[in-house]
Amino acid sequence: MSECVVPTLTSNEVVASKSVLPAGWKADLSNLKGLDLTLPMLELLRRSTSRLPQDVIDALVKGRDAEEEGSRAFNTLNDMVRNIILADGNVSPLCQDTGTIIVWVRHPFGLSQRAAKQQIRAAVAEATKRSWLRPNCVEALSGKNTGTNMDPFHEGHPAVHFEEWDKPEVEIAVMQKGGGCENVGAQYRLPDAAIGAGRDIKGVRKCIIDAVVKAQGQGCSPGILGVAIGGDRVSSYEKSKELILRKLGTPNPDPKMDAFEKEITNDLNTLGIGPMGYGGNTTVLGVLVEEMYRHPASFYVSISYMCWSSRRGSITLKTNGEVSFD
Amino acid sequence: MIRLTTPITEDQIRQLKVGDEVLLSGRVVLSRDMGHKYMKEQKPEWLKPILENMVIYHCGPVVRKNPDGSWSFVAAGPTTSIREEPYQADVIETYKVRGVIGKGGMGKKTSEGLQKTGAVYLHATGGAGSLLAERCKRVVDVKMLEEFGSPEAFWIIEVEDFPLVVTMDSHGGSLHEIVAQQSQERAKALMA
Repeated sequence: MSECVVPTLTSNEVVASKSVLPAGWKADLSNLKGLDLTLPMLELLRRSTSRLPQDVIDALVKGRDAEEEGSRAFNTLNDMVRNIILADGNVSPLCQDTGTIIVWVRHPFGLSQRAAKQQIRAAVAEATKRSWLRPNCVEALSGKNTGTNMDPFHEGHPAVHFEEWDKPEVEIAVMQKGGGCENVGAQYRLPDAAIGAGRDIKGVRKCIIDAVVKAQGQGCSPGILGVAIGGDRVSSYEKSKELILRKLGTPNPDPKMDAFEKEITNDLNTLGIGPMGYGGNTTVLGVLVEEMYRHPASFYVSISYMCWSSRRGSITLKTNGEVSFD
Repeated sequence: MIRLTTPITEDQIRQLKVGDEVLLSGRVVLSRDMGHKYMKEQKPEWLKPILENMVIYHCGPVVRKNPDGSWSFVAAGPTTSIREEPYQADVIETYKVRGVIGKGGMGKKTSEGLQKTGAVYLHATGGAGSLLAERCKRVVDVKMLEEFGSPEAFWIIEVEDFPLVVTMDSHGGSLHEIVAQQSQERAKALMA
């Protein structure tokens, strides 16, 4: 069980050959009103649910190789790599909890957000029918499952955010946020006497350590943390989630924050929680931090915890009709 | 590596210790949040013969219905167990359950239930949905599918060589408690 599994995914050619987009499919951005996002969105979900981003795989392998060979931490990380290879090869969900589907659409002037939302919803319903997604949308009190992943009020699920931008392209990013890791997210209001956290970067550091210790293995460690400093309760949490879209290993544009991210990642990996809370040196794969602005009276630190199976991806529709995935 | 096949006797369970690696085969019953609330509050009789000396798996699978009407598991890793903490000890005692599979571990009340009835908590790798679905060989039956929806239904399945680690035994041992204590101490030092 303990030999090092090499994480070789299927080639881009094979992935393209399984695409739901017909060969030669082109987006016509000169006619934004006639643009249909259903198929590109479905293809994006097919990939995000079954194929983990390379930067996350690299971080898992790096963690595994730093654990003692044959230890429970090593074997667990090795099983995670095995699972990644299987899901990719079979085009089956990496995890049975295919998560809350969160979508960010960035588009030029002229795209109908109402039409785009309908198309995204149609793609999510179709992906559910194909067993790429689990029906994860239930009525809050009764627990009754709609079976389709559709919230009939068009509010909670799938969660779609729109932003108009100056570029001519349309970009759709998706995140599949599992419930276990969502449950261990936390929001702190500083000062916080219980953990001795003041209104400064030292206080922020204490919040992060406290949240990770409270989470133990419950959020499927090794986790990836998005940490927003500032904002109001909503914008702060929202930012903390969006931060998880950033690729691991890419530097924070703010050099001070970049240094802080590296330092806190190293500190967290001395906690000994390890993969799945079994003990070990790999407790987090990365910490992604951003400073926002805030009301003078409020100082929030919002932490979103993403499980090791950080399923995310994006698709860009270009003016020449080309479609690219990342 | 210890091989176990359900149904399991109390004797077999009492021999297991924290850290033991187990390959489980035989029948397993899936149940999570709605099922546990239902079992504790209504104590349905019909589940007794299904659960006695068996293993409960905290899992809400991704399933596929085949053209012949049978079901297949597409992804089937464990869900977070701690949500069942208010119910688990009662469920174990009422139904004489010998094992609970999940992730993240459980608390004091469940540990006391494991000791009293003679049962263990078995940890599976969270997120390994594809890998673990391969070990779910056959769906035997499903109960309460209409009422609960597919992630919450009682799926009765057969597993083969399902890879697990004993992280809470029937003698009060808990790996989760040890890791939590050590990490809390380390956090105190980091925050000093």
